[in-house]
Amino acid sequence: MTVRQGPPQAAVAPALTVAAVSVRLGGREILRNVDFALGPGEFTGLIGSNGAGKTTLLRTILGFQSPTRGTVQVAGGSGARRRGPVGYVPQKIHLDPDLPMRARDLVALGLDGNRLGLPLPSPANRRLVEEMLTAVDAQAFADERVGHLSGGEQQRVLIAHALIRRPSLLLLDEPLANLDVRSASEVVGVLARLAREHRIAVLLSAHDMNPLLEVMDRVIYLADGRAAVGSVDEVVRGDVLSELYGHHVDVIRVHGRILVVVAPADHTGDPSEHAALVPPEPRSPR
Amino acid sequence: MFSGFMVHTWIAVSVVAVVAGAVGLFVVIRDSAFAAHTLPLGAFPGAAAANLLGINPFFGLLAFAGLGVFGIGRLRQGTRRDVITALTLVTLLGLGALLLSLTTQYSSEIYALLFGQVLGVSSGDLGLVAALGAVVVALTAWLYRPLLLSSVSPELAEAQGVSSQRMEILFLSLVALATVLTLPVVGALLVFSLMVGPPAAARLLAVRPSYAVLLSVCIALPTAWAAVALSYVTSWPVGFFIGTLSAAAYGLGSAWAAWRRRQSQRAAATELI
Amino acid sequence: MTSVLSVLFAAGFLASGPVQTALLVGGGAAVVSAAVGVFTVIRGQSFAGHALADISSAGGALSFLIGLNPMLGFLGMAAIGAGGMELVGVRRMRGRDLATGVVFGVGLALAALFLYLDTTSTSTTGATVTVMFGSMFAIAPATALYAAAAGLVALVVVATFYRPLLLSSVNEELAAVQGVRVGLMGLLYSLVLALAVSLSAITVGAVLSTALLIGPAATALRVAKRPGPATLLAAGIGLAATWLGILLAYDSYTWTPGHGWPVSFFIVALVMAAYLLARPATAGRAAALPLDPGRAGTGA
Repeated sequence: MTVRQGPPQAAVAPALTVAAVSVRLGGREILRNVDFALGPGEFTGLIGSNGAGKTTLLRTILGFQSPTRGTVQVAGGSGARRRGPVGYVPQKIHLDPDLPMRARDLVALGLDGNRLGLPLPSPANRRLVEEMLTAVDAQAFADERVGHLSGGEQQRVLIAHALIRRPSLLLLDEPLANLDVRSASEVVGVLARLAREHRIAVLLSAHDMNPLLEVMDRVIYLADGRAAVGSVDEVVRGDVLSELYGHHVDVIRVHGRILVVVAPADHTGDPSEHAALVPPEPRSPR
Repeated sequence: MFSGFMVHTWIAVSVVAVVAGAVGLFVVIRDSAFAAHTLPLGAFPGAAAANLLGINPFFGLLAFAGLGVFGIGRLRQGTRRDVITALTLVTLLGLGALLLSLTTQYSSEIYALLFGQVLGVSSGDLGLVAALGAVVVALTAWLYRPLLLSSVSPELAEAQGVSSQRMEILFLSLVALATVLTLPVVGALLVFSLMVGPPAAARLLAVRPSYAVLLSVCIALPTAWAAVALSYVTSWPVGFFIGTLSAAAYGLGSAWAAWRRRQSQRAAATELI
Repeated sequence: MTSVLSVLFAAGFLASGPVQTALLVGGGAAVVSAAVGVFTVIRGQSFAGHALADISSAGGALSFLIGLNPMLGFLGMAAIGAGGMELVGVRRMRGRDLATGVVFGVGLALAALFLYLDTTSTSTTGATVTVMFGSMFAIAPATALYAAAAGLVALVVVATFYRPLLLSSVNEELAAVQGVRVGLMGLLYSLVLALAVSLSAITVGAVLSTALLIGPAATALRVAKRPGPATLLAAGIGLAATWLGILLAYDSYTWTPGHGWPVSFFIVALVMAAYLLARPATAGRAAALPLDPGRAGTGA
């Protein structure tokens, strides 16, 4: 389900095209007919509650999972495992506090973690690592053990690790989930800047879209395997989400924050009945 | 202590320490001490099997160690890692009980296989030990980066096209090879001490992975040398000293690391004042 | 009919004194090990269980040296080993194998020393094989008595504290919230583990006692959905494997005259056979337990 793709884009090859993808796992249809394209440098939030299919979609884009129907195309190439064009920050990486690895070393492994043979010191690589560390504001702790870093610091290191090969697409699976508000906004800020400066398409999954409101160009809202794609104002609306969820949904905006309230399954309220606090929905396009 | 047969032992034990130190660092990072214990102990019945068939015990050890790698690595299929390792171990040892009862090996030979003996390496074997050691070190260097990445995070490795399942098999095979070459001198039961104690200390003291590997080898070497020297002097089994000295190495290493941490915390605190 | 029985049960099986002792002590060891094994598998502490068994071998070796009853030797060392592992932090998820490994190394080092002293200072030959692989048919009456006491204590503790032990094994925080004394449960678990391990060390040997601890429990947990039936099933499998193993070992004296096959081999083979039979039968089923608690999982 696609709701108005937003203003037509310049004729540039999309960084990612997901065409009518469905994924069936263990007898259940996790994703149904998901369809969208991301342009270079676009920052897109993949929003949905737990179990909505966000991780499955990301894994399908990465090639870890084959779609039952439809195709995924990344910046020209398609099919199985990516080796370069896609950067990935997975959901929960446990880093042992005793792990003998500095932030710098982990970022360096982003360059050549799959190369066989004795690693020879390379000044060129060292420069690249230094650049990346600067880009994510990690110089202060570049020589600390990764296991000793805070959640937000680790995320920035992982972003550097994922971006050091200059991919055109960066996927992040719930990177903000365990971060406090300040770390979350730092990470989002770093990502938005990098996306803009280097024309990297960013697809970031989250269950709360509020930390992303300032930077998201578009949102992909997943519910029950189906997706609504468009700008926040186009998609995050009572009527659109009610159709997506299949029951009554209210969207409440308070102090610049958005709250999506899904009514209980047996609620048979008529669609025009809204919560008392809701101000009129903004009608103008962004 | 340094003449004749003992020269073989010094060389062999040095090779053993280098291999155990290098491979052991990955054992510790991957939290795989159980596998490092299972592979040598599971390999030990292979010597009995080889004895029955009249072939060089090395091949028997290698074969059983290979079975161990197969058991731990390939038979996972939804079972917990520690359970499958335990079951692989008891299967191989159960076979071992049978084979031992059928062989003509003396109790003292069995003891030597389990706990090591100082004169465990003949001049013929020395060449094999050195060659095998070189192979293991070369393989570890060759696989260094993907092995390191998949040890830190299997998912990051998969994102770069490195199969973590394949890395696990390769890692277990490295441990199996290391095991077979260290077993005759150190003994099946204590091999893993050398692959756990010194590397665990090194990992606490070194921050960079490459330094950690080197430090691990540098700690393992004097540990092994001291064990041989003490065993020679007291006639007590090498395994006894390997086990106690490796634990001591870990204890000292972790004490030093804790002291260093306290020092830097104190320094940071005084800066604030 | 009698001819079939006489083939299965070689002459004098049930009348033989050592066989009767073996059936009793072996059976007891199997039942206790299986019950404790269920907790061990749930806690993810198979390595610690195996380590404790090997460590106890130092006690067995020591007992030869100082003329102590082997059961007491195994048990004493197992208790010390369990204490040592608790001290080094075996209950923490991450790095627990390391802690176990270090204590393990020391325990085995001691075993090495004591067995060596056994052969040089006493006239006991074959101490290594006896301690490591057991002496099912050579259990002295005093040992059998200690074993019976140990088994009884273990079973009483498990039966009395079954539910709190189970809950704290599954998740310590859930247990604490219900007022379970988690520290005490940890201690009790170590106690029954030490008892189980020493019992099976006497019968199948220190090195193979893991088979009785983990095998039946792993099989039962694949087949049974609830812990209660799983524990009973595990005990049943362990008992059947042990008794059948004893029978086969006894019979094997008649297959290759004068030289029987070791009983520990038969028991392990039967335990593994049960496990392998259960595997394809439950292959499609999702694992009943989390695969790798606290570890990202290499090659999961």
